[in-house]
Amino acid sequence: MLWTCISLPHLALDGVLRRRDDDSPLVLVDGPANARCVVAANAAAQSAGLHVGQRLSAAQALLAQFEAIPYDPADADRWQRFLAGVAYRYSSQVALLPHAIVLEISRSRSLLGDWAKIERHLRSDLAELGFRHHMAAAPTPHAAQVLANASDGLAVFSRDTMQRALEAIPLQKSYLPEQAVDALPRMGIRRLGQLLRMPRDGLQRRFGGGLLQAIDRLLGDMPSGLDLYLPPDAVDWRIELLHEVENIAALVFPVKRMTGDLAAYLSGRDGGVQRFVLRLEHRENAVTEVPVGMLSPERDASVLFEAARGRLEQVQLPAPVLSLRLIASDLPGFVPAGRDLFDERPANALPFEQLRERLRARLGDAAVYRLGTTIDPRPEHSQRMVAADERFLEPRPRPTWLLDKPIPLRGALRILAGPERMETGWWDDCETRRDYYIVETAQGQRAWAYCMPGEHAPGEHMGWMLHGWFA
Amino acid sequence: MGTVVALSNLLDARQVWRGRALPPTEGGQPTGWPMLDAVLPARGWPEASLTEILLPADGIGELRLLLPTLARLTQGQRPVMLIAPPYAPCAMGWRQQGVNLQRVDIVDADEKQALWAAEQCLRSGSCAAVLAWPQQADDRSLRRLQVAADTGRALAFLFRDSRYLANASPAALRLELAASPQPSLWIRKCRGGHVPAHPISLLHLYSHPHDLRQTAPSAECSSEEIHPIHDKLNPLRQTGEGIVKFPSLGTRGE
Repeated sequence: MLWTCISLPHLALDGVLRRRDDDSPLVLVDGPANARCVVAANAAAQSAGLHVGQRLSAAQALLAQFEAIPYDPADADRWQRFLAGVAYRYSSQVALLPHAIVLEISRSRSLLGDWAKIERHLRSDLAELGFRHHMAAAPTPHAAQVLANASDGLAVFSRDTMQRALEAIPLQKSYLPEQAVDALPRMGIRRLGQLLRMPRDGLQRRFGGGLLQAIDRLLGDMPSGLDLYLPPDAVDWRIELLHEVENIAALVFPVKRMTGDLAAYLSGRDGGVQRFVLRLEHRENAVTEVPVGMLSPERDASVLFEAARGRLEQVQLPAPVLSLRLIASDLPGFVPAGRDLFDERPANALPFEQLRERLRARLGDAAVYRLGTTIDPRPEHSQRMVAADERFLEPRPRPTWLLDKPIPLRGALRILAGPERMETGWWDDCETRRDYYIVETAQGQRAWAYCMPGEHAPGEHMGWMLHGWFA
Repeated sequence: MGTVVALSNLLDARQVWRGRALPPTEGGQPTGWPMLDAVLPARGWPEASLTEILLPADGIGELRLLLPTLARLTQGQRPVMLIAPPYAPCAMGWRQQGVNLQRVDIVDADEKQALWAAEQCLRSGSCAAVLAWPQQADDRSLRRLQVAADTGRALAFLFRDSRYLANASPAALRLELAASPQPSLWIRKCRGGHVPAHPISLLHLYSHPHDLRQTAPSAECSSEEIHPIHDKLNPLRQTGEGIVKFPSLGTRGE
């Protein structure tokens, strides 16, 4: 077993910062209204002298202009679950600890490579999403958590090295039960190493079973007993905008973040999304829905973003937008498009799926389609827009252009072939009784035309109806 | 004068004008009609360029000119786009000519958007061929399409009315279809070669399709694919002096 712990010390702040693109001072505050305290401060605020634990009034005295956002534990929780979804891509065993995510990677190593490689992937994913983190690996999840906070990037693979690494850890950083951590230093026990050498029955008598259980979990003598994370089957994310947004252009940045998150989440789930809804929320519970649909399930961040932006640009905002919600209830499987190994396309080629989405975004959802045949012999019902196709081959000749509605055909005609009697469709209201001919017009066009059966001796003065061209 | 400039750098930078452009590479994109291949300088469609097809009316055989090419491309799983076609393509008719419809995307676009869509498709580099029916296209937009086709290494086919023949065009190849007095195909411009003085008779051209079975089709067609059936079933197969025989139905007309 090898567990990696991703410790997220600035989860709530990073969650707020990542949807902003400016660098102005910002703090998160918490506490009762008359004694608000700073619980997190960004780099700009820290360089101005603001620090965690400071009273809001003191901070205001130091710095005239900064933003104070109330700390929301639910928000941090949501981000943690989101990151667990991202980590799910690397392991099927992902669990949540306070301010941390742990994942078991020993079984993923044959697929993803050794620890150094997995670490690099994880770090680049987290950096791209904008979350600061520490990381460590150890044979037990709790030890990994302890080590991640003590020294970033440490990896111990065997129990002995793990125990040696743990021995130097101060008790305050050991995540052991608080009562013991408070009492032990007064007995002269300050480091984990000293505690581990203490006789167990004495500890049991003084601190109860809780401490021993925690130590056993830390060292792996007892199962860690973590509840594994299961990714949800639907996506419903909401972000509050910091200002009322009145033009669509200002929504592009948050939408880009959201679609990027969606792409990261989907690749963790190895799924795709075919349609999702962007819900723009206005005052008094009014909403504008922007449905985004694609021709096939996608999960590429740029494809999702382009599709969303194309739809969004056509929206007229009836009122300022307060918050943005992304809902994707159906997440189908994703099959990446096959590519030729010796691809002859130019290096900067746009993927074909992306091209189709770009055309649809500008021309309308129904503007790009493929035709397939049906087994109905009537020309009007013989084809439709489809995803898959039949393999049936009609033995009689069919034109290459088909008119949506037959139109009268006049002028001198020469019959080249026919008739082909078509008498069918009794099962619905479109019964057809026609004789189809291939005729040539005076201009040399070859037409597929029909007349009513019973009009014998086809001649020039019959009621010909043009239904297609042999172009 | 002191600096030495490599000749290849000058040529690559296109600062030196060369009297003759490189002869077109041959045989990259056969049209599927041996008689037409024989007279075209590239022995097929000019690669990565614009081909203009001018016609007096719809339905005089303009699509048949391209269908072998489209069949070859789509059976090789290469995508083909149709931009603003004048009618709905008849799926069964196209399949009878060997086109794999799963690789043909139709784009409905109005007059203004058609050229934009065609340019996007060409420039993307992910389409093998783009067929467009623009309502109106000036010299500037044709030039853009030519550049886009070159960028995306795609075949571009533009169908326009014959009355635009008098206008100059940046297309690498201009074909004119005429219905009278004889259905015929004129090559009005071909880059890299001389324009033939005589037209090709369409009846003659279409009666000599390229035989796919002789030239090892296995590389391009998977075993399940539909083979073109124009040999067997095409009613337009000409015999003798333009009399058409339709299997099982006997001969009508004169």
